[in-house]
Formats: sequence, structure tokens, C-alpha cells
Amino acid sequence: MPPACQMEGRRMRWSLCGEIDHHTAGTLTRQLEEALSLRLPQELELDCSGVSFLDSSGIALVLRAWRTVSALGGTMCITGVPEQAARVLRAAGIHRLVTIQTRA
Amino acid sequence: MKAINSAKLEFLSRSANEAFARASAACFAAQLDPTLEELGDIKTAVSEAVTNAIVHGYPDQLGRVALKLRIYPDNCLEVVVQDWGAGIPDIEKARQPMFTTGGAERSGMGFTIMESFMDTVRVRSTPGRGTTVSMRKKISVRAQR
Repeated sequence: MPPACQMEGRRMRWSLCGEIDHHTAGTLTRQLEEALSLRLPQELELDCSGVSFLDSSGIALVLRAWRTVSALGGTMCITGVPEQAARVLRAAGIHRLVTIQTRA
Repeated sequence: MKAINSAKLEFLSRSANEAFARASAACFAAQLDPTLEELGDIKTAVSEAVTNAIVHGYPDQLGRVALKLRIYPDNCLEVVVQDWGAGIPDIEKARQPMFTTGGAERSGMGFTIMESFMDTVRVRSTPGRGTTVSMRKKISVRAQR
């Protein structure tokens, strides 16, 4: 199932779900890059509330999205991040580039 | 110290097996009564090591990857991921954060994640012969509930 995309003006909410690893990240990255180049958002929310696992392949996905959104002059945040994924993102220093909101 | 329990899995270097390997490692580690956080750390480290074997060990062929799991009396889990593929020419360089030969789809953070989430990470590699990554993590002993 492709990730859900919602637009509100120039704000884009992109929902990821399932396990994000080397096996799944390639397709997910391409889908997100396509949506970003089509919709050119000023704000990207990467909703991870449906993510059950994330490894360094997910870091590459986040960095790609961050570079694209930054090139558009926009901002990005990651929301609903489960604890395991948050530990991976923090270990890579992603919290210094992007706001990370953990799952409540 | 002698292992009190062990398991060995061998699988083809297909990316679908990354999820299989980390889930299997988590199932085996469950007998140490780890916290959810410890279990997440083990799954993540196994995922990184197995992905490295698949992506870098066998860049343009299918090969065998072995996952060996051992439990020691001091509540320590040992994870060994072995391949018989390309090998790493410069291990020190490969372990540096952000270093990758895998292109834009790789972050170069695999070894950094393994080192952050496990107590020790040891890498042995011979170019043309393969790579063995051995990791250990001591699981905290929790009071009986």
C-alpha cells in the first residue's frame, strides 16, 4: 500500500507505515521524492505513527527528503516517531536537522 | 566463558531476509528477558549487520549469510553475522560515520548504529574472502515480577 499523502495549502503530510529497512526504503524514498517534486511543499510532516521498525536505511530516506525540502526553501518535521526509530534517528544526529516528535 | 545456548541460521543474501534475521534474533534474545528498548537495539544492530552483508558482501551476486546467536552465563548475548563475499578493504574507513560506497540510498551510518546500540562490535574481513561482524550486548537482569 502506498504511503498516504495529504495536502493543506503548501503543507504536505506524508504517512509512512510498516518496517523501514533496506528492503523497503528504496521504493518508499522514490515515492516520497516523486510526491515532493510534484507538489513542491513548503512544509513537510513525515508521519511515522504507523512505523514499526526503522534502521539506517530510514536515515537515508529522511536525509533525502530533508535535502529536497531545504532546496525548496521549506521546513520539515517528523511526528509520531516510535521509541526504536527515535533512538536510530538520534544516534545519527537527525534531531539536529529536523524536529522529531516521539509517539505519545 | 562457555555459551549456555546457541542458534545458527543461514539464508540467501536477499533483502527480504533482513526482516527475517532481525525477528529471529529478537525471538532468540527474548529468553534473556530484555526490555523493549534492549530488544529494539538488538533488532536494529542485526538489521544493520545483515544489510551490510547483503549490500556490500554480495553487491552483484547472491550468496550465503550466516547469523549465529549465543547466550553466555553473564546474561550476555553474542550476535555474529558472517558472509563469504567481497570483504572490506579498509575496515577503519568503513566504520567511520557517513562513509558509504552504497550511493544515495545508503546513509553510511550502519556501523555507527551498531556501535551505539551494542556493547562491543568487532569486525574481521579479508578482501575476496568475506566479513565477520561479532557484537555483544549484556542484558540487564530485572527483578522477578
